[in-house]
Amino acid sequence: MKLARAHVLVCGGTGCTSSGSGKIIEALNENLEKYNLTDEINVIKTGCFGLCALGPVMIVYPEGCFYSMVKPEDIEEIVSEHLLKGRIVKRLLYQETVHEDNIKSLNDVDFYKKQKRVALRNCGVINPENIEEYIGVNGYSALGKVLTSMKPQEVIDEIMKSGLRGRGGGGFPTGLKWSFAAKSVDDQKYVACNADEGDPGAFMDRSILEGDPHSVIEAMAIAGYAIGATEGYIYIRAEYPIAVARLQIAIEQAKEYGMLGKNIFDSGFDFDLHIRLGAGAFVCGEETALMTSIEGHRGEPRPRPPFPAVKGLFGKPTVLNNVETYANIPVIINEGAEEFAKIGTEKSKGTKVFAVGGKIHNTGLVEIPMGTTLREIVYEIGGGIPNGKKFKAAQTGGPSGGCIPAQYLDIPIDYDSLISIGSMMGSGGLIVMDEDTCMVDIAKFFLAFTVDESCGKCAPCRIGTKRMYEILDKITKGNGTLDDIKNLKELCYNVKESALCGLGQTAPNPILSTLRYFEDEYIAHVVDKKCPAGVCKDLVTYSIDPEKCKGCSLCSRKCPVGAISGEIKSPFVIDTTKCIKCGVCAETCKFGAVVK
Amino acid sequence: MSEKKTPAFKGTKEQESELLKVIEKYKGTEGALIPVLHEAQEIYGYLPVEVQQIISDGLNVSMAEIYGVVTFYTQFTTNPKGRYKISVCLGTACYVKGSGDILEKIMEKLKIGVGECSEDGKYSLDATRCIGACGLAPVMTVNDDVYGRLVPDDVEGILAKYID
Repeated sequence: MKLARAHVLVCGGTGCTSSGSGKIIEALNENLEKYNLTDEINVIKTGCFGLCALGPVMIVYPEGCFYSMVKPEDIEEIVSEHLLKGRIVKRLLYQETVHEDNIKSLNDVDFYKKQKRVALRNCGVINPENIEEYIGVNGYSALGKVLTSMKPQEVIDEIMKSGLRGRGGGGFPTGLKWSFAAKSVDDQKYVACNADEGDPGAFMDRSILEGDPHSVIEAMAIAGYAIGATEGYIYIRAEYPIAVARLQIAIEQAKEYGMLGKNIFDSGFDFDLHIRLGAGAFVCGEETALMTSIEGHRGEPRPRPPFPAVKGLFGKPTVLNNVETYANIPVIINEGAEEFAKIGTEKSKGTKVFAVGGKIHNTGLVEIPMGTTLREIVYEIGGGIPNGKKFKAAQTGGPSGGCIPAQYLDIPIDYDSLISIGSMMGSGGLIVMDEDTCMVDIAKFFLAFTVDESCGKCAPCRIGTKRMYEILDKITKGNGTLDDIKNLKELCYNVKESALCGLGQTAPNPILSTLRYFEDEYIAHVVDKKCPAGVCKDLVTYSIDPEKCKGCSLCSRKCPVGAISGEIKSPFVIDTTKCIKCGVCAETCKFGAVVK
Repeated sequence: MSEKKTPAFKGTKEQESELLKVIEKYKGTEGALIPVLHEAQEIYGYLPVEVQQIISDGLNVSMAEIYGVVTFYTQFTTNPKGRYKISVCLGTACYVKGSGDILEKIMEKLKIGVGECSEDGKYSLDATRCIGACGLAPVMTVNDDVYGRLVPDDVEGILAKYID
């Protein structure tokens, strides 16, 4: 790598790529050439910085200036002023980092202050397409340490001692899982990585693979050594083209540098990795279904036992962990289990990455120590809820999870606390909802998802999810009865008890948890035939408050069906027989006169 | 679903020899079927019965098995896609920010439903799961172009870019 006096790190994660970071890099290279700076300045495409809402983002080092929402036309100014003359372009900086005349370090701004980046340690720091940069930040030293100075059992003991639990959502102790597979005797064993991140609204694993693919490769090789496997498979969603491409590059480079392949570090240990692409089936995130899919079949789950540690991929003992779990492994080996176990709560050690989205200012990726409260995530790191709306609930665990209502904003987040309030950690999607979100509609949304994704193998899931969806649909259309709510609950418990795999067993969770905390909303739909949040169109009527209406006619001109009439400067009225409840009038009215 | 029209298969010799090369590459690998289907779909754009037959013969896997796999996974399609593949993300983050309204607007403008292709073969519309650009929600994509932070009124302007 050439020596440069400044480094420009541009986020090349999916979020920023979608908002145009590719064009930013092009513009940078063009302008560096124009100002003759190509020998002095390095442009590096990194993984995700976390602040996706402000993309595309870039950081200029050594100053650590964080430019956000950069446009290609701004680049010339940044190059000619900042990079050439050393004058920081303040107006383009992330305004949180501008403090009177000084520039605050990124670590001091609200978004990053409470975070602790362990799994994401290298995301946004190194170029993920260059193995030397990973090695430069201590990469592959954990693999070296394990292969040259530790016995397999010592590795398992270390992971066990660290208290690391599966980050895919289940929270099973990783060390224990490894020890089961290590005890199984067979001629071939496998290490597999679950990168089939299917929960809608979750993109932690993708960001790790895009920003730091080598950490996962290194960890899988360590797992292989620990359990006695020489081959590994990474099962990744085909919807993640950038992650797939970087992973391919990383595997090639690791082979070239002898970190994968035969006789790694002259230790006599062989390990090889293959990538398998998913094909858009949510159920394949379930471990047995995932293995069936790698084997080339319909990704249907199979009953357990036998557990994968005994009989997994191709019928051989297999360890399957999630991407984020693996990303923690090199840190545990390098810094020791005790150091790692200092982070977090009594039963949940370390950190958790959340993809925070929905009705919140700073949507993006955050990594927090276990035990951080939801309030800290939403209001401090996340910057609160836009438009002065009130927090209603946060949904975690996707279609298998539940919601956390406002009264639990101060509960410390870990595996067990979330289960105790009827939600779950899940893989890390955290969707914030405000008062405009209808909880019945959200439950219906998740059930529509599980109906679609149910593989159809077992009847409770195939038929049960459909029937639950139908009842919810009936309620949101205003045709529900109190009996429907009762039946819905019973059906939920039945499906939970009898479905074959995790998908079906957890499918009722969104209903059960919204019923637990927002039963009044269900009742409002059923008894009063009203949707308190104004989402369910069949239950909403629009009218104009004559006191507030100034008679400007704006709504009437915007109405797509001509349902609003009146005379200028006197109150207008909505003809409810024509109204299609699109809500355009409410959006356009400047005086808040349109009421639901 | 069955009323969707499927145009006649128009595969070329070049496509077939490309596919045969792919089959050759994976033959003997454990779990070869899904990677082959992925590459076959790259070549043809979709997986009609004729393509499945070639794979069946090449890999020595029954048509029933192949059909079962193709219909199980949503990424595999037995219908051709439009020249402009429009996808609207219906992941949770996009959904709570109103991607349902975006989808409705597109259906209204193009007069096609989800999973359908316009008669001239120009547009096809899909509702996708999370594409992971949650920071930009709600999001739609047209081929490889991503449009984020959308409101329904943006739809017309975006579609206008893909006329010819």
